[in-house]
Amino acid sequence: MTRAPLIAGVYEFPERKTAKSALEIQAISARAALADAGLAPKDVDGYFTVGTNPGVGPLATVDYLNLNPRYIDGTTIGGSSFVAHVNHAAAAIAEGRCRVALITYGSTSRSSGIAVGTRERIAGEYVDQFEGLYGISTVGLYALVAQRHMHVYGTTGAQLAEIAVACRRHAGLNPVALYREPITIDDVVRSPMISSPLHLLDCCVITDGGGAVVVVHPDLGRDLRKPPVRLLAGAEAIAHTAAGHRDYLVSAAAQTGPRALAEAGVSHDDIDMAMIYDSFTITVLVTLEDLGFCKKGDGGRFVEGGRLGLGGALPVNTDGGGLSSNHPGMRGIFLVIEAVKQLRGECGARQVPDCRVALVHGTGGTLGTRHSSATLILGAT
Amino acid sequence: MAEYTKPLPEITAESRPFWEGCKRRQLLVQRCRACGARQHYPRGVCAACWSDDLEWLPSPGRGRVYSFTVTHRTQARGFRDELPYVLAWVELDEGVQVLTNLVGCDPEKVRIGMEVRVTFEDVNADVSIPRFTPA
Repeated sequence: MTRAPLIAGVYEFPERKTAKSALEIQAISARAALADAGLAPKDVDGYFTVGTNPGVGPLATVDYLNLNPRYIDGTTIGGSSFVAHVNHAAAAIAEGRCRVALITYGSTSRSSGIAVGTRERIAGEYVDQFEGLYGISTVGLYALVAQRHMHVYGTTGAQLAEIAVACRRHAGLNPVALYREPITIDDVVRSPMISSPLHLLDCCVITDGGGAVVVVHPDLGRDLRKPPVRLLAGAEAIAHTAAGHRDYLVSAAAQTGPRALAEAGVSHDDIDMAMIYDSFTITVLVTLEDLGFCKKGDGGRFVEGGRLGLGGALPVNTDGGGLSSNHPGMRGIFLVIEAVKQLRGECGARQVPDCRVALVHGTGGTLGTRHSSATLILGAT
Repeated sequence: MAEYTKPLPEITAESRPFWEGCKRRQLLVQRCRACGARQHYPRGVCAACWSDDLEWLPSPGRGRVYSFTVTHRTQARGFRDELPYVLAWVELDEGVQVLTNLVGCDPEKVRIGMEVRVTFEDVNADVSIPRFTPA
């Protein structure tokens, strides 16, 4: 991208359990993200949100917020959706379809008592009659990949646990994270087995939450309240059951990572921090391999020794991630928000020093059947 | 037979031959007459070339465990009373993967690569559900 679109404002709704509705969460977040950018609701001419949940898709949300966008996108590809929305907003802005794109998310999974990971995963699709009969859950469909990764590459539960431990350490530095008490590798591998080989502490938390992101045309860069963040590259892909011929150890990140890095013109060594969707520990491990931070199969060794922690070679999920901070069902927007705050140097105790380039990677759906990947490379100004 | 409380397939015209095969205790795998590709799950077109000239071939129903998970906690209907149970991808000898349960074995003894064969559970007059068991 010659003149990169800018991320001008972000906001993460701080509550982890709230009496507010999903629509209120989005309104509060939209107002705050626009204020963060130094823009007003009347400036918004592009609107992006997921279309899944009844009552919070683009029609309901635009109506509730009383907006009048000329560009609308309801892309719904699981938890990565909001990462993809940033990419779509950039394309719409580059094409002149809008100049101020607002992305919002709100969910009350925790206060509604939704067991995101262990509930029956049936979506009302044709494929349910072949998959939905067998007691499938989100955690189970990730566990299938973890089990095979261990079998083929010798990855251990302790190595997966390193990821959870790093996220928890970061959560301790994030005042609004759900769980902040430190944990050890032993705590993770001794926590109750949910779906082997994934233990309770290999799984993300369940919270309420939401947030908003504002993406704008580069011409608006001078009028913003804070230093904007440049969108250097974006890439998307879907990996699926491939008619019964799939290598489930390779995720769609193997497609998006190389494309995004090439488009941005950066190498792995240039990445100062990464926000990697952590629905489960295995999600992070497979994604890091597929993005090319290490060789396929070396993920277990790569994450050892605190490499993903602050002060390590590749700080990951500095907000505490879905594993410890928040996961209302679709976490993509928080990946973008934290990366932007890091690039603006606003993260206080958990700030990555001299953070200039960040990688954001969302995974939506399940690794064990079909999932989407969306990768962004963001740069400080 | 005892009441079946797990989800049932919503059979459509597109998938009916597969489920009729299960009723006859035959696991059917689609093959494309145009390009020869085999596929599962079954569908109205070949996933390799989008031809709709497909045939249903009876599978010997033998294969190996591609991966599995022993589920200890779930909200899935009908499965909460059967914990722990095994969810698995089985790769048939024909080379296609089938999502399924492994039954008739100790969950703690399941291994990737283990040889398995199909077995059918008659759950009502119209539906028999394919699962796999050690060969």
